[in-house]
Amino acid sequence: MSTAFGDDKRILIVGASLAGLRAAETLRAEGFRGRVTIVGDEPDEPYDRPPLSKGVIAGRFPAAHTALPRCEPLRDVEWRLGVAATGLDALAKRVLLLDGQSIEFDRLLIATGARARPWRDPSQAKLDGVFTLRGRADAERLHARLAAHPNRVVVIGAGFMGSEIASSCRELGLAVTVIERGPAPLSGALGGVVAERAGALQRDHGVDLRCYTTVDALEGDAEGRLRRVRLSDGSALDADVAVVALGAVRNTEWLRGSGLAAGEFGVACDAGCRAIALNFIVTDDFFVAGDVARFPHPLYRHQFLALEHWSNAIEQAAIAAHNMICAPANRRPHLAVPAFWSSQFGVNIKSVGVPSAADEVFIAQGSLAAGRFVAVYGKEGRVVAAVTFNQGRWIEFYQRLIESAAPFPPEASAADRPTPSAPIPVAFPDPTAVAHEATAILTGYDATDRRVQWIPRRRAAPAHGAVNPR
Amino acid sequence: MARAHALDVCAPRARIRLVVDLNRCQAYAQCCFLAPGVFELHGEEALWYDPEPDPAQREHVLRAVASCPVQAIAVEWPERTDDDGVEAPPRRSP
Amino acid sequence: MREEAILRTIYDPAHRAHPYALYDQLRQVPVRWQEDGPHEAGTYVVSTYREIAALMHDPRISSDLRKGAQSGGPRTPAAPYTFINLDPPEHDRLRRLAMRHFGPPERSDYLERLRPDIERIAARLADGLQGERTIDLVSRFAYPLPVTVICTILGVPHEDQAQFHLWADALVEGVGSNAPEARARRLEASLALNRYMAELVERRRKQPTDDMLSCMATDAGPEGRMDDPYLVATAALLLVAGHETTVNLIANGALTLLRHPSILERLRHEPDLVVCAVEEILRYEPPVQLLANRTTLDDVSIAGTTIPKGVLVTFALAAGNRDPLRFRDPGRFDPERPENAHLGFGGGNHYCFGAPLARIEGQIALRELVRRLQGPRLVVDPPPYRPSPVLRGPQQLLVEVDGVHPT
Repeated sequence: MSTAFGDDKRILIVGASLAGLRAAETLRAEGFRGRVTIVGDEPDEPYDRPPLSKGVIAGRFPAAHTALPRCEPLRDVEWRLGVAATGLDALAKRVLLLDGQSIEFDRLLIATGARARPWRDPSQAKLDGVFTLRGRADAERLHARLAAHPNRVVVIGAGFMGSEIASSCRELGLAVTVIERGPAPLSGALGGVVAERAGALQRDHGVDLRCYTTVDALEGDAEGRLRRVRLSDGSALDADVAVVALGAVRNTEWLRGSGLAAGEFGVACDAGCRAIALNFIVTDDFFVAGDVARFPHPLYRHQFLALEHWSNAIEQAAIAAHNMICAPANRRPHLAVPAFWSSQFGVNIKSVGVPSAADEVFIAQGSLAAGRFVAVYGKEGRVVAAVTFNQGRWIEFYQRLIESAAPFPPEASAADRPTPSAPIPVAFPDPTAVAHEATAILTGYDATDRRVQWIPRRRAAPAHGAVNPR
Repeated sequence: MARAHALDVCAPRARIRLVVDLNRCQAYAQCCFLAPGVFELHGEEALWYDPEPDPAQREHVLRAVASCPVQAIAVEWPERTDDDGVEAPPRRSP
Repeated sequence: MREEAILRTIYDPAHRAHPYALYDQLRQVPVRWQEDGPHEAGTYVVSTYREIAALMHDPRISSDLRKGAQSGGPRTPAAPYTFINLDPPEHDRLRRLAMRHFGPPERSDYLERLRPDIERIAARLADGLQGERTIDLVSRFAYPLPVTVICTILGVPHEDQAQFHLWADALVEGVGSNAPEARARRLEASLALNRYMAELVERRRKQPTDDMLSCMATDAGPEGRMDDPYLVATAALLLVAGHETTVNLIANGALTLLRHPSILERLRHEPDLVVCAVEEILRYEPPVQLLANRTTLDDVSIAGTTIPKGVLVTFALAAGNRDPLRFRDPGRFDPERPENAHLGFGGGNHYCFGAPLARIEGQIALRELVRRLQGPRLVVDPPPYRPSPVLRGPQQLLVEVDGVHPT
């Protein structure tokens, strides 16, 4: 077996996480025998992130158990782990590394993902007891602290990550306060109607949930240990652990000056995962996949979509890898409907489509009050998303409605359809009014999204000006 | 450091490694019945599992993987080494 | 053959041994109307994998035939009280109440703890075959194994087994038959079985033991207890379904292995292969071939056909399992088939309740037969079949052996 992209060629993958691994496997599975190098800033081999906020911090298994299984042996892949990429010389086709070395390539896959958005005040962020959670090392540290029975954990931001962390803390029997700027947990991702149920879930499980609230300051003692969390309502909480869960920042800084359209929402690419340059020209030798990619989706009128989804990393990486080595006529588009899950407080949440694109929501099956339901999201008379709470078996039906742009609200009768049932406003808060972010965001039509000139925002400048990509 | 890790990454792997595609999972819970020490249903349909189970669970994991109605469990079996018995062959991920 | 008559031909006992060419024919049109079938009113038959899988996850498809305007099928009095004939939310609640005592989340390790007992039962049945040269594997092994197991699980006294064997046979024989006599027999058996179960439930409530029936009769979990009519009907359902299907899995499995001697030989050296072999048997010779108990709550357009509201819908699982668009070389028995997401246990929220038990029984039974029987060969091929086209399996499976290995 041989590929259109010759065996004398060199492929470099920057980012040694889920997308990077699955891309390397696809290259080999499809018969590419040239050189494959994977660069990753973390010392670990590719591991799975979803268990970190659940099983790992709750102590059900160690962080080391999360190494991803290989679908291909990958014996003949060169791994450069523990070293970050710091720059891309697009003309010379060379990636610069933090250790001063550089790697030349014929084709590049950018899969540097995202990192946790840090607390805005660097000195407060340094307090002992203040955590963020993105990587395996973060999870190990947080688990160790939670296992030592802190008196109170404050979770800042009630997105999926913050809510899952709060759930794990309750499993451990810890006192938890969740601070959310918006009206309810997950409201930025699922809208106010469904989010209200997510809030009830938290309260039912003993979480001290404070909505419409922000954190003014994290206060430490003389030894630099977190002692108190000061809130916008003037009150203060005694707490020894605070977890900052304010969403993610795409790792694109290393692409500054490369000529690629890289910005706050990621690196723009076409449906075939080819990176788009600042001059709107689609490039031939630079590909993008995973959380760092921004790609046009036909179901959402070809707006650029930015996703932080497990399955998107896998599917997009496989398509990018395929397109890197096949004949141009055999390239495939990345068209998968966005999908993700979350488990928290004993409830399995599934989502397909882009809920935040909707303006109305309709409970198609079950009931919000019972905590088992299918919520269907619509915009301009079409189904654009669906979310289930403990009703996951139905979701593929609604995925087909999204794929076929079916009328909203769905007309047909269905088992367990609540009566009366009618669409209601979805109640998404203003995006600036939530402390967390949706994990699926429509980011408009502009490849360069106006923010392409990278403006550092409340960010501590790392040494050498490098930000570690993943 | 990077070099040492590069060696680890390419070495034969001695443990069972799992990942479940939880988008695909529909909580039929066959894995929880057949490998209760590895998979657990939390609430009505949230699946918990240990992604690197004890090798003593090998037989149970094998049954769980085979019986998944939506074939959502990807597993990498330990590679054969000289002092090892017969192990199941690696299977392609779903 | 007339296109409308394919299902009738499948139901004809003359074709019981070789239905798969008919299923291939059925699949030429993924969704089609058939005038003859289990019910006078006719039925839409869905026979391709993708369409069956889609409709099993479609909320417009109901299992509650009372909602079908013209289903008109024969009904047993017990039917509305079991979750297989109900939709959510009632279905989900009843199923959870039964599952509490059978599996996850509350009782995850129940069946694995039962596994050694099932292995002992299988070994004892094989011991009983020693010294014989011609053996009927159905009556001596495939039938008594799941019957003993389901009785143990439910707490049905061993001495009553012969009695309900008769009832169960009458019930199952009637499945797929429209003849008035079969219907009458089925009704009578159903009433008798329910009377028996009601009495047993009452006994277990007064003097609970550690079986599932006692648990269901005395349980008061967060969602309360199953009301008596439901409890009795569910117990009867589990008793009948718990072995009338597994007997076919074991017998179809033994037959398939005897027809594939090289795989049988491999199983002697690679006992783990039995796990995937059971999955492949569930695809290749599924014990439940047709699900003929669905109706439409609305018009449903699929694969170029619109199924109107309120008609009977039949899922031809055995046809979907051999759909070449889903399974490569579907007519080949291949235990190493990748991604074998077969339809043997159905799918969606009505996925077979007892599937994990059937899997364990199938694995143990076939492993025991492979290990114990010396030089087994079929005496009659094809064997005589039981009458039902729905729950399809041999009536008798005669094999000659050179001997039976000791345990």
